[in-house]
Amino acid sequence: MSSSVQTPPRGPILVPEPPPPGHARSLRATVLRVVGAVMVPLLAVGLLWWTLDFLRDSDANRFLVVGVALVVGVLGVFGLFWSMNRVVDWLPERFQEGARPYVFVGPALVILSVFLVYPVINTILISFKDAQSKSFVGLDNYKFVFTDESMLRSIRNTVGWIVLVPLVAVTVGLAFATLADRLRRGEAVAKSLIFLPMAISFVGAAIVWRFIYSFRPEGFGTNIGLLNGIASGLGHDPVPWLQERPWNNLMLMVIMVWMQTGFAMIVLSAAIKAIPDEIVEAARIDGASEMKVFRHITIPTILPTVVVVTTYMVINALKVFDIVFVMGNAEANGTEVIAERMIRWFFIGDNNGRGAAIAVVLFLAVIPVMYWNIRRFREQEAIR
Amino acid sequence: MTATAVAAKKEEERKGGWFVRITIVVVVLLWTIPTLGVLVSSFRPEQLVDSTGWWTSLAHPLRDAEWTLGNYRSALSTGGFGNAFLNSLAVAVPSTVIPVTIAAFAAYAFSWMNFRGRHLMFVAVVGLMVVPLQMALIPILRLYTGGATLGGVTVFPDLDLGGTFLGVWLAHTAFGLPLAVYLLRNYIGSLPSSIIESARIDGADHFTIFWRLIIPLSVPALAAFAIFQFLWVWNDLLIAYVFLGGSHENRVLTIALADLVGSRGENWHLLTSAAFVSMALPMAVFFSLQRYFVRGLTAGSVKG
Repeated sequence: MSSSVQTPPRGPILVPEPPPPGHARSLRATVLRVVGAVMVPLLAVGLLWWTLDFLRDSDANRFLVVGVALVVGVLGVFGLFWSMNRVVDWLPERFQEGARPYVFVGPALVILSVFLVYPVINTILISFKDAQSKSFVGLDNYKFVFTDESMLRSIRNTVGWIVLVPLVAVTVGLAFATLADRLRRGEAVAKSLIFLPMAISFVGAAIVWRFIYSFRPEGFGTNIGLLNGIASGLGHDPVPWLQERPWNNLMLMVIMVWMQTGFAMIVLSAAIKAIPDEIVEAARIDGASEMKVFRHITIPTILPTVVVVTTYMVINALKVFDIVFVMGNAEANGTEVIAERMIRWFFIGDNNGRGAAIAVVLFLAVIPVMYWNIRRFREQEAIR
Repeated sequence: MTATAVAAKKEEERKGGWFVRITIVVVVLLWTIPTLGVLVSSFRPEQLVDSTGWWTSLAHPLRDAEWTLGNYRSALSTGGFGNAFLNSLAVAVPSTVIPVTIAAFAAYAFSWMNFRGRHLMFVAVVGLMVVPLQMALIPILRLYTGGATLGGVTVFPDLDLGGTFLGVWLAHTAFGLPLAVYLLRNYIGSLPSSIIESARIDGADHFTIFWRLIIPLSVPALAAFAIFQFLWVWNDLLIAYVFLGGSHENRVLTIALADLVGSRGENWHLLTSAAFVSMALPMAVFFSLQRYFVRGLTAGSVKG
């Protein structure tokens, strides 16, 4: 790690730290902060809820209900922040700077605590209990995670997913964004077509890929899948694409790459277009080749975005479940992944303890990714 | 030759060589063919969909027996689609606006405000991206219908949020927030400190800087995330089903589609047309916001 990384992050704004307050005052400030961060959003939510009571009235005109819902939902959140900011303005001046950050992050923290942190804590507790969450069983569930044959296979497969899917999706997305940037016309159309799969739900994707991978053994009708159509056109026997180990894993990964490349491409393309023209033009006038411009200007400038997109892809690949779940019997085909095992044990296998333990392993797996990201954010703050 | 002339010539060379064009066309074809197969199938009669590959129809584009609008007719005539469309709208629009707003405020605070524990909080928020939402559904549903008490003290009041729009909005907001905060923190944090510092010197407070300076500068990132969140909410089946319910009055478009499958067995020919009906609005949203991604919006003002 370079020395610049370890210097503490600079205060982002030119506001001097308030002089260290006395003990009583800092206590009062803390209390006020808590009030600002917790009470006000709760009050606002309560107020919203009264309005929403109207929306429960099932006899009301549906257009009216939907209209009110749209107005309340959209304006409510703006009103929430505005009123919280006003409340802080009324505080004694010396508390304002201390309380204002909590106005900005408060709603996010409150919602996340209720909807995500609480379930996570719940899950960690359950992971040490038995199938019906009745008595504690120590580390038994974790022992299962790391010894069961199908679990081990799912861990191996997941490693494949988190390496291959982000690698291919980001590479193709970046290459496509760079090349499409050079099209004389049709850039919008080309990008939209790559993005198209993102507009399709998982149910839709399952339908789409059925028409690609579908397999019927010889004598059970014509193959309506495109791949087997090509295979028979070339004189080969039809191939059961989703049953051929270990290649069926790759077949499923293709679906995810197909769905996610559009996201990588759009975000990277926005980053490429944000590079100031003057810099690129200056390099070109100085005689830099396109390859050089790409390697020495484009890549370093958009690197933060590449990291963000890759992180997102890795986490998504870690959580992949729907594709594996809908495209056939994972256990029979050897295509298990960690999140799919979790769902299976939780909801189908009826073993809360095992499901929760798998979920906890899933959280732990993301720590290295997070560590890498935080280091990068520190670097970003050190140089700006 | 002057420098501008050289640049113009280079620009000419740079634009659209054969290599670029062919690569783009090949990739676009690869990405489009799967969807094309479904699009073609959605116009084919039931027995043909099941007995011959969809590409065979392309060989006889003018033969009447190969094509039909019947799939769309029967998918749409099932009824309740207008209502489901309205419900989807009432779910998807606030479920997009609320997380974008909350995340933008939080991202600003994480990048430009000074408070204790902001790194730790940020790590925690981003770390929550990995929580599989299926796991959170049951605890949240219990909160919605019964509240929560800890040692006799009400920690979370029983708001009876099950089956309400607010309940769905909050759930979608929570599941979208970690990614939103992460993406926007990355973008807002990379804005040059000089513009924000000079606004501070001019006496602007945080709220004004955020509203007047950061939001306009972040439009590309906000639009990118908004599109993404909107698509995700629009295509979601699980959260809508759990928190809003599947009643005829309340159901959203995806549930209406799922009902269509359920009531008629595995009718793939109907599903193909229904899938395209549900894709119409997301595609329209994407195309209308496309201009936010074009060159020039950010160049110069942001990184210059």
